[in-house]
This record gives sequence, C-alpha cells and structure tokens, in this order.
Amino acid sequence: MIKEALVEKPPREEVGLLEWLKRNLFSTWYNTLLTFVSLAFLFFVGRAIIVWALHTARWEVVTTNIKVFMIGRYPASEAWRVLASLGVILLLTALTWVFRKLRGRPIRQWLILGWLLSFPLIGVLLRGFSEQNLFLPLVSSRVWSGLLLTLVLAIVGITASFPLGLILALGRRSKLPVIKILCTIYIETIRGVPLISVLFMSQLMLPLFLPPHIRLSTVMRALTGITLFSAAYTAENVRGGLASVPVGQYEAARSLGLSNVLMMVLIVLPQALRAVIPAIVGQFISLFKDTTLVVIVGLLDLLGVAKAVTGQRQFIGLHQEVYFFVALLFFIFCSLMSRGSRRLERSLGVGER
Amino acid sequence: MNSDKMETGEEIIICRDVHKWFGNFHVLRGVNLTITKGEVVVICGPSGSGKSTFIRSINRLEEHQRGTIIVDGIELTNDLRNIHAIQREIGMVFQQFNLFPHLKVIDNITLAPVWVRKWPKDKAEKIARELLNRVGIPEQADKYPGQLSGGQQQRVAIARALAMQPKIMLFDEPTSALDPEMIKEVLDVMVELARSGMTMIVVTHEMGFAREVANRIFFFDDGNIVEQNTPEEFFRNPQEERTKRFLSQILTY
Ligand SMILES: Nc1ncnc2c1ncn2[C@@H]1O[C@H](COP(=O)(O)OP(=O)(O)OP(=O)(O)O)[C@@H](O)[C@H]1O
Ligand SMILES: [Mg+2]
Repeated sequence: MIKEALVEKPPREEVGLLEWLKRNLFSTWYNTLLTFVSLAFLFFVGRAIIVWALHTARWEVVTTNIKVFMIGRYPASEAWRVLASLGVILLLTALTWVFRKLRGRPIRQWLILGWLLSFPLIGVLLRGFSEQNLFLPLVSSRVWSGLLLTLVLAIVGITASFPLGLILALGRRSKLPVIKILCTIYIETIRGVPLISVLFMSQLMLPLFLPPHIRLSTVMRALTGITLFSAAYTAENVRGGLASVPVGQYEAARSLGLSNVLMMVLIVLPQALRAVIPAIVGQFISLFKDTTLVVIVGLLDLLGVAKAVTGQRQFIGLHQEVYFFVALLFFIFCSLMSRGSRRLERSLGVGER
Repeated sequence: MNSDKMETGEEIIICRDVHKWFGNFHVLRGVNLTITKGEVVVICGPSGSGKSTFIRSINRLEEHQRGTIIVDGIELTNDLRNIHAIQREIGMVFQQFNLFPHLKVIDNITLAPVWVRKWPKDKAEKIARELLNRVGIPEQADKYPGQLSGGQQQRVAIARALAMQPKIMLFDEPTSALDPEMIKEVLDVMVELARSGMTMIVVTHEMGFAREVANRIFFFDDGNIVEQNTPEEFFRNPQEERTKRFLSQILTY
C-alpha cells in the first residue's frame, strides 16, 4: 500500500475567462481573424432569424393548430389517452434515471420488465377495445397522426429492429451455411432498395404472406416495413462491431470454459455493441427522420399534418412558420437522441484507455 | 526436484502422433509426449516451429487433424461437451493477456466461476480476492484492465485462469509482451505456482525460469519435438545440432 504522506494531489489548472479567450480564440493572427469572421456571420444570420421570428412571423398558425400537430385526427375527447401514454413513458424514464446508479439487480429487472410491458400497455391505451367500450372506445390507427404517429413509428421501429438486426448480424456469421446465406441475402437485398419501395411493398405484399383472416392496418404494415428495413442496417452496424472484437477475446472466453452463448452474451456483444453505439444511434436518427416517407402510403405523420395545415384557408401562405416549427420539433428529438448516445458511450466507456 | 512425482504420478496429458495442417502447411508433424500430474514442462524452439499451435491443441483452441490427445482421461474429439469439460479444467495464459476490457479486474476473475462453475457471487469474489493477493496486486481489484501495467495485467490473467481451479495451466510466451522490469514479477508468480504442484506447460524463452522449476525441456523445430531433457542436461549437453544452434542464439545475450 502507498503511504498517505507520499501521495500528492495533481496541480490544479485554473483558467480564467480572459485566459481561456486568449488561448482558444485569439491565439494567433489567423485564429483571431477566423473568430471575427465567424462572429460577424453569426451576428447577421442570428439577427435575420430573430427579426423574422419576432416581427414578421405569424405564429398563430402554429398555436391554433398545436393539437393538430401533436395528435392530428386523433379524437379530442380521447386525447387524455395520449397524455396518459406520455405519462407512462415519463414515469419510467424518471424511475430509470433515479435508479441508474443502483446496480441492485431486482430493481433493474423490474424496470426492464416495466419498459417491456409499457409497449403493449400504450398500444392498448391508444387503440382501445371496441367502439361500444365505455372506458376505452376504439380509436382506429387510421386516425393516428401528427407527432403521435411519427413517435409511434420511430419508437416501435427502433425497438423492434434492434433485436432483429442483432439476430441477423449473428446469423450472418453463423457456421451453418443455410442461415448464413439467408441472412446475407436478406441484408444485402434490403440495403439495395430505397425505404420508399420497402414501404410500398409492405403495403401491397404483406397481405399476400399472411393468412387471410389476419388483416393488418396501414400503420402496422408501415411499421413492419420500417422495422424490416432498419434491421438490415442495424445488422451491418453490429457486424462492424463484432469484427472489431479481437480473436483473443474469444480465445480467452473459450479457455475459461464458457459456452458459445455465454461467450457472445458476456464477452463479445458488450464490446461489439459499445463500439458501434454512435453508428447505431446515427442510424436510428435517420430512421426517425425517414418516417416522414409514410406520407406516400397515405399516413399523416408530423410532416403530412404540416402540409395539411399550410392548406388551411385562413393561414394560406404561412409555409415558413409551419415548416420552421416542424423542423424545430425534429431537431429537438434528434439532438436528444445524440445526447443520449454520448451519455451512454461515456457511461459504458469507463476504464477504456 | 519433483522426480519422485514423475515416476509414480498418473499421466494427465497424452499426445500420440498429433498432426495438424494450416491449409497445405504441415504445422504439427506427429508430436508424441506424455505429461504426468504436477510436472512443469518448458517448450522452446524457433519462431514458427509450432509451439503455440501445439499447446493450443491441448485445450482445443486449435483442432488437430490426426492422432490422439487425451487430457485427464478425456479424449479430445468434436464432442462439444468433452471440449467444454476439458476447457474448464485447463487454464490458459496468453502472450497478449486477453483480459476482458469492459469488466473490472475482480469481474474478470469471477466471471467464469460464477457463470460456468455456478458458484455464488460472494464465494467467487472471496476466492478472487485471495488470488489477487497471491499474485501480489490485491489493491487493483476495482480497476479496469486498461488502467494496469502489462505485468499487472498478466498477473490478473493468471489469477483469472486459476479462479477456475484448473488441473493444468498452459502459458504461451507469458512474458514476451512485457517490458524487462515487469518480467520478473510475472515469473515470480509462475515459480510459486510451479512449486505449489500445478501441472504446467510453458512456452517460453526464459531459460532462467526453465532452470529453476522445469522438470523437462522440450525443444520444438519444424512441427515436432527434436529433443527433450532435464534442464541441466539440456543446457550442458545438447544432443542435436539444431538445439545447439538455437541455444547459442538465445543465450548469447
Ligand atoms: N491460423 C493460422 N493459419 C495459417 N497459418 C498459421 C496459423 N497460425 C499459425 N500459422 C503458421 O503455423 C506456423 C506455426 O505457428 P505457431 O504460432 O504455432 O509458431 P510458434 O512456434 O508459436 O512461433 P512463435 O515463437 O513465433 O510464437 C507458423 O509458420 C505460422 O505462420
Ligand atoms: Mg507462438
């Protein structure tokens, strides 16, 4: 053990504001020049935007239609169900955050179970039972729209495509040739076609594969298309992660007597997935934005609703306000995702050299 | 040293006419050897002679294609249950340590006992701490491998292998990736382990270690054992021309 007296604290580096400015913004003549050019640019662009936003823009198109943007044609009398769903998600998020430090297993397992159960729960809450049901009357997914639909498509698409992509990636590395070839063909085919065509195909072809008494709604078919599409990309990203795990890790695991399943679950996947968090989150962000393509199969997502709003007679010509607002919403969600990704990376990256 | 053990002890590793090819390249060309319980064996030889391939065949990290390998009474075949059973009983230490970078030192050590041996967590942890004590780094338990020096990492790797309470330990050039000042701390641990009666096969060019604890030295060349002897005889009186050349090369500096 090291003697206390011998241990010294490292010298504290104190950097004042002026010192920081000098070091970072005005260290050389070209750095100074760049600083001023950027400031001038920011000033003019920023001023133009602020002047527009505060004086020219007529935000009543957004404020009047806020319900339309959020839930579209979802009946106003049932809007509480959307809020309740939001409440469930916020509650789970809060609990997850509160218990993030506790490594105590039981609580974690309950949280995971809670998250898993929240999906069917919210599904039932949003859709309801039958038209006659007094408490939760049916709200057909045909009328789900606006931000609600965008979030349903993105969240379910992401959650369902991740495990599917994981399985495909492992399948592609399988020693069994049939599985390997099937997975490879699937991944390469999907990656070779645009999402639009997958969406069309899922609308038209899915009913052909399913038994006739099962009829999927348009939203379900779009979700299937999005999931199948995204899974192929997840698989490729995971494959990159798997390739980055050195063979020595496999050998060490096997030399300890770990079975193949334990080796994958405890040693290989944690390292592989950690290595590709940025890539996978990037892919999920683009999936989130790509959900806007469902307009072409007749669904009204956030962007579709926005288009409808610009057509309202009293707000004719207010495209800028509407699309600015929609862009802002997308930006907020996407930056939340990339922040989450960075936090996750940092919390998993402890001890890495 | 342990010569009485060698005469009376039971045979724990038996290799008969072991062959292996990488593609067309004949790496192992009919290796024969028998190792008894408690024996410490050093394997040396020029680079590319098949030393690693050979010891990796003993715990089935490589698959031999002809001949027989019997470890602790179980023959190595394609039967997965046999393979896992044998891998549990053989610990291995690699040149590049191969610690699990995403797990703390203590979790590196308890992982296999908990998941494979199904020990309760606290028992595994208790034994892990004892082992860290034994290899001389009890204070590093809660660090990640990336925060340790090479010598410390290799000692964790030895502790990790020992935690499974193996009957045999394999070492593939355990000190070759280490800076000179760290070699001794790892060799000290290995010497202690050898004296405790562990059956060990060590691929190394550390002739000091061989002299100190090895019962026998095997000299490998071109995929086979060219010569074997006790350390004293091996160094004093090598028989084969190739052995002499090899010894003159590694002992010159
Ligand atoms: N996976 C592999 N595929 C093809 N050839 C291989 C493979 N592994 C090893 N070899 C070849 O087999 C031969 C023996 O390799 P091995 O690693 O067993 O040698 P070694 O005696 O351990 O050498 P070193 O002292 O350099 O570690 C070498 O020529 C090597 O190039
Ligand atoms: Mg080698």
